[in-house]
Amino acid sequence: MRKSNVFLQIVVHAILLIGAFTMLLPFMWMVSTSFKPSSEIYVFPPRWIPKNPTLKNYVDLFSSINFGRPFLNTVIVASSITFLSVLLSSMAGYAFAKFRFKGRDKLFFLILATLMVPGQMTMIPVFLLLRYLGLLNTYTGLILPGAVSVFNIFFMRQFIITIPNDLIEAARIDGARESYIFFKIILPLSKPALTTISIFTFTGSWNSFLWPLIIAQDERMYTLPVAVSVLAGQYGENIAIQMAGSCIVITPILIFFLFAQRYFIKGIALTGLKG
Amino acid sequence: MRTNIFWISVFIGPALILLLIFLIIPIFASLYLSLTDFNVFALTDWSRAKFIGFRNFYELFQDELFWKALFNTFYCLIVAMPVTVTLSLLNAVLLNREQTRFKNFFKICFFLPFVTNTVAIAIVWSWILNPSYGILNWFLGLLGIKGPNWLGDPKWAMPSIIMLVVWKAVGYNTLLLLAGLQNIPDFLYEAAELDGASSWQKFWYITLPMLRPTMLFITTMMIIGYLQLFEEPYMLTQGGPLNSTLSVVLYLYRQGFKFFKLGYASSIAVVLFLMIAALTLLRLKLSKQD
Repeated sequence: MRKSNVFLQIVVHAILLIGAFTMLLPFMWMVSTSFKPSSEIYVFPPRWIPKNPTLKNYVDLFSSINFGRPFLNTVIVASSITFLSVLLSSMAGYAFAKFRFKGRDKLFFLILATLMVPGQMTMIPVFLLLRYLGLLNTYTGLILPGAVSVFNIFFMRQFIITIPNDLIEAARIDGARESYIFFKIILPLSKPALTTISIFTFTGSWNSFLWPLIIAQDERMYTLPVAVSVLAGQYGENIAIQMAGSCIVITPILIFFLFAQRYFIKGIALTGLKG
Repeated sequence: MRTNIFWISVFIGPALILLLIFLIIPIFASLYLSLTDFNVFALTDWSRAKFIGFRNFYELFQDELFWKALFNTFYCLIVAMPVTVTLSLLNAVLLNREQTRFKNFFKICFFLPFVTNTVAIAIVWSWILNPSYGILNWFLGLLGIKGPNWLGDPKWAMPSIIMLVVWKAVGYNTLLLLAGLQNIPDFLYEAAELDGASSWQKFWYITLPMLRPTMLFITTMMIIGYLQLFEEPYMLTQGGPLNSTLSVVLYLYRQGFKFFKLGYASSIAVVLFLMIAALTLLRLKLSKQD
């Protein structure tokens, strides 16, 4: 009996370790290659630890290829989208949860129904509109279409609806304005939900690719994913510099994830169960 | 108490206006565009686009490349979905055992690919899959297997893409299934144990049926997500070799933003939408029958 338990423990952990290793391996290979001088790339068998590690690839990225600009663009775009989307979605979520007006539930259902529509369907008309307004290759064009999200509105409404009405009514009787109620009562009580949507919106817009690919045709407006995809095309042979570029795109979110992993993992369970 | 119209517009107004401009009106505009011959000439002067009825759709259904893209996309869905579900379920069950150690470490490892940028990690994968210097074929070589030319061989290109797709998705689905497992009340298992049920029986008659809501959610999300396959083939193969990895969205992108046949591309978007809607509804219907 005891023996079979030990055996089972070993098998279970071996399977999980193989899984975890498969997940980590590409990252390790990426980091290792990004520090290799060009002489060590095409070597067989593969060398896991570079013999003469170098920072040249990273230096090249920021000096001759100017990766700083797309980095800055991505920070600006992702933070603005997160700020706007969280603010506007929680405002709308509050109204849908706690205001009473005619047609409220119909309107909410209509908005919710758009979740079934894939982004590619709205992409072409929005592209034409932004082009017409001269907003291609601008921050406004990159940010505005992402500034509100149906999922975030839905998520915030579901959360705010659980806040007791008495709290709000009491404040109203004391003569508090709706803006006061929203910022001083609703938002502080919604912190877990706000954290969840902030994290997911930021990660999502940092990683977003198809939309910036279409909107940012000018090199100066590239975001990191677009810049790194162009890099792969232009420096097809120079694997090390591509790995360094990938590292720059991936690492900030990974660090962010490692610090906030508690909230990520809680958020996943939350979003899944709600859906 | 009814809220006055001023506050309603202050709170809902901004979100509603943005949704109207960037989501709701474009949905209808897209339907209309799919009925026009909007092309590169109309780009500078919209009035050049003519209404042509269903001709785009008629052409689309005779377009061999579109059928190829459709086939490839479903190939990915049909293979990647069961593989993702099986691996995620295995991980979730193992992580849910009381005796399993280092749970947090495993959860974090599994989840890393999900938060990782697809474009950047695809570049890493294409290096891993390199037939002569990649670590995958090196590893297979150690086992005495001669690895194929992954991305260069029409037979192996799609499986390579599916590998990346599954690798990215497993962690997210593991965590969802794990949350589902933790919601199953213990007394069900205790009652089954009293009745002398084996581990397999408990898994088959308690765990799986109780996981149904979670399964419904993850399979629906997978249908929606996998049908929109784009970044992986765009980065790894550009749809090649011999169009063996051309996906519907990649074809839409090409028609729309390489050739600027925006009317034709819109008709692809409409078909994609109809497919997603039909499959989602079908999935919901199947779950109600259970």
